[in-house]
Amino acid sequence: MDIGPYLLLASLEGAVLAAVLSLTALGLSLVFGVMRVVNVAHGEFFMLGAVASWFVATFVDETLGAPAWLGFAAALACAPLAVGALAWAADRLVLERVGYDPERTIVATIGLLYIIQQATLMGFGPDARPVQPPFNHRLALPWVEWGEEGLALYWPWGLSTTSYKLFVIGAAVALLIGVWLVLSRTRLGLVMRATQFDRETAQAFGIPVDRVFAMTFAIGAGLAAVAAVLIVPIQQAHYLMGGDPLLLSFIVVIIGGLGSLRGTVLAALLIGMSDGIISVFFSPTLAKILATLLVAMVLVFRPQGLFGARPA
Amino acid sequence: MTGFAKPGALHLAVALLLLAANFLLPEYHHGAMARVLTLAVFALGYNVMFGYTGLLSLGHALFFAAGLYGMGLPMQHLGLDAEPAFFLGIASGALVAAAVGALALRTAGVAFMIVTLMFAQAGYLTILYFLEYTRGDEGFVIAREARFFFGLDLAAPDVRYLSAWLLFTVAMFAVLALVRSPAGRVLVAIRENEERARMLGYDVARYKLGAIVISGALCGAAGAAYGLLFGYVGATFASVQYSILPLLWVLLGGAGTVLGPLLGVTFMFYLIDLSSGITDAYMLIAGAALVILTLFAPAGLLGELRRRALPWLP
Amino acid sequence: MTAPSAAPEPLLSTQGVTRWFGGLCAVDHVDFTLPAGEIRALIGPNGAGKSTFVGLLAGRILPSEGRVRFAGEDVTRLPAHARMARGMAYTFQITSIFANLSLFDNVALAVQRRLAPGQSLGSEVEAALARVGLDDRLDQPAGDLSYGHQRLLEIAMGLAQRPRLLILDEPTQGLSDGEIEGFKALVREVARDATVLLIEHNMDVVMSLADRITVLDMGAVLAEGTPAEIHADPAVQRAYLGG
Repeated sequence: MDIGPYLLLASLEGAVLAAVLSLTALGLSLVFGVMRVVNVAHGEFFMLGAVASWFVATFVDETLGAPAWLGFAAALACAPLAVGALAWAADRLVLERVGYDPERTIVATIGLLYIIQQATLMGFGPDARPVQPPFNHRLALPWVEWGEEGLALYWPWGLSTTSYKLFVIGAAVALLIGVWLVLSRTRLGLVMRATQFDRETAQAFGIPVDRVFAMTFAIGAGLAAVAAVLIVPIQQAHYLMGGDPLLLSFIVVIIGGLGSLRGTVLAALLIGMSDGIISVFFSPTLAKILATLLVAMVLVFRPQGLFGARPA
Repeated sequence: MTGFAKPGALHLAVALLLLAANFLLPEYHHGAMARVLTLAVFALGYNVMFGYTGLLSLGHALFFAAGLYGMGLPMQHLGLDAEPAFFLGIASGALVAAAVGALALRTAGVAFMIVTLMFAQAGYLTILYFLEYTRGDEGFVIAREARFFFGLDLAAPDVRYLSAWLLFTVAMFAVLALVRSPAGRVLVAIRENEERARMLGYDVARYKLGAIVISGALCGAAGAAYGLLFGYVGATFASVQYSILPLLWVLLGGAGTVLGPLLGVTFMFYLIDLSSGITDAYMLIAGAALVILTLFAPAGLLGELRRRALPWLP
Repeated sequence: MTAPSAAPEPLLSTQGVTRWFGGLCAVDHVDFTLPAGEIRALIGPNGAGKSTFVGLLAGRILPSEGRVRFAGEDVTRLPAHARMARGMAYTFQITSIFANLSLFDNVALAVQRRLAPGQSLGSEVEAALARVGLDDRLDQPAGDLSYGHQRLLEIAMGLAQRPRLLILDEPTQGLSDGEIEGFKALVREVARDATVLLIEHNMDVVMSLADRITVLDMGAVLAEGTPAEIHADPAVQRAYLGG
């Protein structure tokens, strides 16, 4: 394949990654922004979403004998709710008890990471297991070239995407718009933003901060879970799959700036697309090295990220 | 902080007890305790930063690995002898710590945790990247013939245990001396109220950098010793797990106490050892331990003891 | 060398020191001199820029323009800890001590930096605490003290540094009347060895302690003089004392 079509392919793959990443990172950003704590177990909520969707899909498929798309739809509905409920419980039982102290929260969420990961290992096993996508048509994509009569379209072999991948991108966009609407137009969103802006004043206004926190934690986990449900037909569910999304979400949130939905989405696009394109030219390991160093440097020299606004 | 007598005597007693253990322990525990003592030096190094100066790093595996590879790579590829390689390992730990400190100490709190985590991750990935030299996750073995330190065969169980013991004892007394010194008092002051320490005339940035370099040197020494004593160098030791473990050990045993790290390593080591027999998911135990600790006993075993009964415990 | 000048250089002085915060000028080209041995009070209505000005003196804030000189040296670019190390001591508006450490350790941190060989840390610490009457509970955690005693501890820490200049930022806030009387006696005794700069709202304390008073308003010096002069100054009365 020539470089043009190759880049188009990489961009499409990158767009899928970016879509899923933006949802996951948004979950982390909400928790970071509203609660001011770092949830190191965020990747595990992602993984649980994938694992839960496998359980639901398998149940629907084998026990009920229903078609693949029904299993997927059920997973899409149930998995985020289940993971969100678990997160809600974790917040009330652990995080609230340590008073959301930044250091103790990090330590506690590290503990949660190990518990969730290893419990999944015990219950789900060490293998990667696939989930059927609800639909999956191969769509060949055209590219332009100079022919005898000027510009003409042709279909390079290997340049294709699937209908499901396009669906993932579309679903992510829809969800992001949905979250934006909730944050900016509903009372819940207003309450969350108020608590993020000034916790003490929010309390003084009678906002039940503890419950807002539990809700936020649950929503953050739910977003990660939904992202995982979307990606699992492409990627397979595995008990260790939370590591990369965690790292990438961190990178996105830090570069995009805290508390900025637009920053998160833009940074996710940047990271998601460049991850795909950089991997074309560099080894994935080198790309990851550069990415982690970039995050560190941004934190050291420009802690408000690229789009965030933090007073100096 | 009056008098060196009681704490000095206590630590001397611990050192002698551990020395006696060399002759009393059955073979399995003999080897296990050698490992514990070496890792305890790693924990001691971490404690200098976390327990005493109040800086929570999530990237200390980088310093341990710097010592491990700083010793291992020259031995493997340049044929360097064990003696200079060991000291090269210590120096590597200190140097890497200085470099990380120069950048990371410009941040604080959560940002500091993330920056140190990122540097450690970058270090781990770099080890994987240079696969042909480091053999990545698989690692490489250091030949037994090379592991002779001033004529002593480090693979022999007695020599191995006593070397680990010597390293630990030196490190323990060094840390004890530090925390009882005026400089140690300043580190604690920085942890307790950084702005007040600054307004008493202390160059806080310089002290923090000193703390991280000392920490790096200790962790590097532990890494280099671990490679020499057990003959294996691998990338696992640079992974996130080995950044979380010292935090866990120190929290468990008691942050800000000199003996806490040893207690934490021993406890955790045997806890995992015992539970490995029962389940594959022994990290589940570690995870649960972390959650319970931070919920109910944030001061750790010795920390709670000091709070309730023995206030003179350093 | 030029002809010897009659007066020695003041211990602390500023020339045109200015600080902007965005569009707001918090300190506006202030020229300030403080000769050694004086007890100077700095007063002014809320928002006058006292805290910012003191921050500029102590080095906690760097100026947008102007210079600060201390003990014959230009310290404008020096960070706070370096100025403290050169002979300034500072007590915070909201008492800032090491609550989890013992009284001994608190004062030891102040003493140990200037401890000369041959001096004993223990006796210096006890002496410093004795000056404020807290030498009977060396090992008690400082956080267990009452607020008034914590303030005294902080002053003891300032004194223990053997400073040339002691900056006290609203020291009597939160103290009872009896404690205030004790504080006044302490300051008079301290002023025998050190220069004192006192930021205060309590006018009784200011009038009875200060040798001279500097009045700030809207970031600039409104008036400067003896307590009697300031008391009689109509501009000060308008801005601050309410006629």
